[in-house]
Amino acid sequence: MAHSATQALGTADTSGFYDLRGEHHPENGTMLGFWLYLMSDCLVFAVLFAMYGVVGGSYAAGPSPKDLFDLPLVAVNTSMLLFSSITYGFAMLEMQRNRQSATLLWLAVTGLFGVAFVSLEIYEFLHLIHEGAGPQRSAFLSAFFTLVGTHGLHVSFGIIWLITLMVQVTRRGLSVENRRRLNCLSLFWHFLDVVWIGVFTFVYLMGVLR
Amino acid sequence: MHEERSQLMQTLFGRLSLEAIPYHEPILLATFAVAALLGGSLFGYVTYQRKWGYLYREWFCSIDHKKIGIMYMVLGIVMLIRGFADAIMMRLQQAIAFGDAAGYLPPHHYDQIFTAHGVIMIFFVAMPLITGLMNYIVPLQIGARDVAFPFLNNFSFWMTSAGAALVMVSLFIGEFAKTGWLAYPPLSGVAYSPDVGVDYYIWSLQIAGVGTLLSGVNLLATIVKMRAPGMTLMKMPIFTWTALCTNVLIVAAFPVLTAVLVLLSLDRYVGTAFFTNDFGGNPMMYVNLIWIWGHPEVYILILPVFGVFSEVVSTFSRKRLFGYASMVYATVVITILSYLVWLHHFFTMGSGASVNSFFGITTMIISIPTGAKIFNWLFTMYRGRIQFEVPMLWTIGFMVTFVVGGMTGVLLAVPPADFVLHNSLFLIAHFHNVIIGGVVFGVFAGINFWFPKATGFKLDPFWGKTSFWFWFVGFWFAFMPLYVLGLMGVTRRLSHFDDPSLQIWFQIAAFGAVLILFGIVAFLVQIYVSIRDREKLRDHTGDPWGGRTLEWSTSSPPPDYNFAFTPVVREQDAWWDMKARGHQRPLQGYLPIHMPKSTGAGLLLAGLSAVCGFAFIWHIWWLVVASFVALIGSAIAHTFNYNRDFYIPADVVTRVENERTRLLAQQG
Repeated sequence: MAHSATQALGTADTSGFYDLRGEHHPENGTMLGFWLYLMSDCLVFAVLFAMYGVVGGSYAAGPSPKDLFDLPLVAVNTSMLLFSSITYGFAMLEMQRNRQSATLLWLAVTGLFGVAFVSLEIYEFLHLIHEGAGPQRSAFLSAFFTLVGTHGLHVSFGIIWLITLMVQVTRRGLSVENRRRLNCLSLFWHFLDVVWIGVFTFVYLMGVLR
Repeated sequence: MHEERSQLMQTLFGRLSLEAIPYHEPILLATFAVAALLGGSLFGYVTYQRKWGYLYREWFCSIDHKKIGIMYMVLGIVMLIRGFADAIMMRLQQAIAFGDAAGYLPPHHYDQIFTAHGVIMIFFVAMPLITGLMNYIVPLQIGARDVAFPFLNNFSFWMTSAGAALVMVSLFIGEFAKTGWLAYPPLSGVAYSPDVGVDYYIWSLQIAGVGTLLSGVNLLATIVKMRAPGMTLMKMPIFTWTALCTNVLIVAAFPVLTAVLVLLSLDRYVGTAFFTNDFGGNPMMYVNLIWIWGHPEVYILILPVFGVFSEVVSTFSRKRLFGYASMVYATVVITILSYLVWLHHFFTMGSGASVNSFFGITTMIISIPTGAKIFNWLFTMYRGRIQFEVPMLWTIGFMVTFVVGGMTGVLLAVPPADFVLHNSLFLIAHFHNVIIGGVVFGVFAGINFWFPKATGFKLDPFWGKTSFWFWFVGFWFAFMPLYVLGLMGVTRRLSHFDDPSLQIWFQIAAFGAVLILFGIVAFLVQIYVSIRDREKLRDHTGDPWGGRTLEWSTSSPPPDYNFAFTPVVREQDAWWDMKARGHQRPLQGYLPIHMPKSTGAGLLLAGLSAVCGFAFIWHIWWLVVASFVALIGSAIAHTFNYNRDFYIPADVVTRVENERTRLLAQQG
């Protein structure tokens, strides 16, 4: 090997081949990685939307959206989720200002809005099942429950995550790790909001129009 | 009294009972005996050597991408043996089950074997081997010290292993799916497959799928964010480029598989009507969705090995890769096109002439970038100083074989021809032609190429060549007869035939399978012989082949931190360029290196996932709830561990590097 001959010299010129001062630090990939995960999650929703698009009209002689959907209830539900996104934004603003208790307060408010959203959804589901319009009734209802339910499941996990983060912020303050985690949850939370806009439009509004 | 007890048993064990153990099936019993013997002796050996602690600390908990890569390769090779056992059983059955002879496999067993063979070979052989290569090589090629998310990497590996473990468990507890490897409904629905087979299928793929998806995210973030200074996208090694595209495909395809399997499980567990014949279900939606994942999947497997072949060809032709830029563009074009061809798997569905034409044409278009790659490899070899080392043999074997497979693929892409050949043995021959001739040959080329990097000694060339020739000749004997049979109209997945004139072709195919068996045995012997003769095969330079990319610039095996100093890249083929400019290794001034800490959390989480999946399969609801709560609880508990990294002190780096300096001087 040509290069090994010069190694005996020891003090040979090594400049240019390596970052000798340790100045190169790879960028942190967490936000990119999390965003990639979100996009993959987005594809899960895409499949569920596609499924709903294909079998959403297969009522199997059962009820149709017009018979089932209670738009005022859905409007209240939607506003809960939209408000929770705004309050999460407030929490992030407070985090930028390094105000820990205000951050925690807005996170708590966000969590409460989330709980309200999930509770209203559970109420809606139970009501439909009680009326005989459960997920087994027709392909339309299977797709409806799965799409909306998957979103609700995501919000529920988001709430668990939010509580976990509140505990961690309480314990360790707004450290670098916790800020990164709050940023990830922020992406997640707003992402669910965007998906819900799709659900609201595509499933509920267009369903009643159909 | 009896009624009460069975109620209790039902609660405790769900569907699981002693009936689920197939002790009345001699073949399975013998398999179990062999597996127990091998497993038992391995367990005994490790215990006797007191290596459990070492294995657990240094390997199972390791977040080092190199060790995880090696574990992926071991998983893939172990599962290759299982998947091949299935294959040779099928070949034997088809060679003898003619006319009055029923063969030795009853249909319900034969159906499980062909399903398990497909599932294992794709998900638990090809995927781990590909992921293992990428895991090991990509960070080294881009001059990084680990992947972006080292813990996630460990977790991904264990999730893949947990999925593999569930498939293996199905051999001895219950049964596997009898539906074919993609489990089309309504056959896979609860009405026609009420047993646990499809549930094993679903849960093993779901658990392994989480691992695959996360490793895709991980490697993408690694390649995008962690390249050495100066390594712009168009200076990346070609293997890293193909890994980048493959991981884009993984992240963009596996969620579809996850979602469609969730829908199938809802049909089976909750009684929804997505893919049922009644209540408005639409089984063709399943076929569409699963192929929207499934077609990109074949490119997930083949793209990285295109990268392997590119590295091998340029290294052993001692030339820069011909048409680097066109190679990159061809890879990207294939990545995009792979999403526009899924319907060619079911032209016979009846989508109509226009839809079929569209998908037929897009399919044929894919052969253009692929052909460009073949020409690039040929032009790289043209007037090169070719060294016929073992990786190069696999590469040339690949070029010959894969071109034939590609051409039969274009033939199948013509919808009217496909109406004749759909689900025939012609199709089976085609995809084995590209998967064995492409993926398997590529993985063997990669193993022979990079083995000295991972271990510090080369693989024995004699047994490597033996393995290659058995595989190569065996492949042609095993699959050319299937083309003939397919053209004569023989369909796939049959366990018995009436027409005696067909038998000779199946016998030739079985002979080919035996040759492949010798190829696999020769490979295992190659590993054994190389470990035995490791001192003779030792390489201290870290660069045994005269390599071109950065992985060859560090020692073999590389230190935990890969590079004492991050290399600065100026050219494609960065290491070749550094050597050309008179590279000198820095011998002092080492700095402490920031590294992630090992953890057992990945193993724990994957183990709980496997228990949860098992409980779902057998309807043991209390265990489902318990393991799921434990899973979420442990995941949350893991996030409370903030103490995740440490510094390798400068004097440790100095010691390791001084040792290397000494070995280099010794080798001269």
